[in-house]
Amino acid sequence: MRGWVLALLAALMLSRPAFAVDPDEMLKDPAQEKRAEAIGKQLRCPVCKTESIEESDADFTRDLRKVVRERVAAGDTDQQVLDYMHARYGDFILLKPPFEPSTWILWLAPPLLLMAGGALAWVVIRRRPAAAEPPALTEAERAAIEALK
Amino acid sequence: MRRLLFVLPILLFVGLATYFAIPLVDGTDNSVIPSPLIDQPVPTFDLPPLPGREHGLSSADLKGQVQIVNIFASWCIPCRAEEPVLMGLSKTAHVPIRGIDQKDKPEDALKYLAELGDPYTSIGMDSDRHVSIDWGAYGAPETFIVDAEGRIRFKQAAPLTPADVKDTILPLLAKLGTK
Repeated sequence: MRGWVLALLAALMLSRPAFAVDPDEMLKDPAQEKRAEAIGKQLRCPVCKTESIEESDADFTRDLRKVVRERVAAGDTDQQVLDYMHARYGDFILLKPPFEPSTWILWLAPPLLLMAGGALAWVVIRRRPAAAEPPALTEAERAAIEALK
Repeated sequence: MRRLLFVLPILLFVGLATYFAIPLVDGTDNSVIPSPLIDQPVPTFDLPPLPGREHGLSSADLKGQVQIVNIFASWCIPCRAEEPVLMGLSKTAHVPIRGIDQKDKPEDALKYLAELGDPYTSIGMDSDRHVSIDWGAYGAPETFIVDAEGRIRFKQAAPLTPADVKDTILPLLAKLGTK
């Protein structure tokens, strides 16, 4: 039983996230293929929306991957490929949106909210009066303790 | 002051809930991706014609007059539903309707046109989808309106309905100066 559980855990640990890239789509040069994969992971699939184009099985996305690979093979830098897609599909295509006026709130909200929460916690903790000393024992209580000894 | 502190989270929640609820109820289709290509010149391309036809489609064809560009394919079911609307438009709109046949087998495309009618002035075959991607398309059908200077002025990434034609397409064509 224990062996089975261990084997299952091992199998789960060894499994990699499934990528939709077919071997025949890959570039021959492993370094270029690695770059293309890294670029593809930053691009959002316009068909399925919650996946990167590397993960998506949609037929349309296959062709987007192909374009990425063609551009990499043609000697584009990573940024040039991202810019190419951005020019056609806008901010939507970037899984990591650029920092610009329309996305300020998106980028700044988490640190600002964290700081606001921290400041609030600081104020509340500072204001709270130190815990009072416990009241001294009364004569009757002392007597009761003596009686127990 | 203290009471305000207690009410603040509730106010924040109500504010956020309202903000997020508006797009859910106001009829916005959140599957539509805003195109950065609006008001940009059409991409440069040159697509071959269907076999047996003389004219394909290139960016040079899209200059000089207002035109409609429609991305379609024989495998695309919504395109079939849209086809009668395009046929009607080709008779009433008096502008060329250009077709980009996306990732299609030529024989399938010819069969499709023979079956449903051919509203297109000319059709270019985009067999590897590269030109569709240059147009920022993410499926089919998609419809664009290109002005006389060759700039994209409108895009709809969904089948045209008779209501779209009446409420959006024809008014825009009129505004862009067609008869």
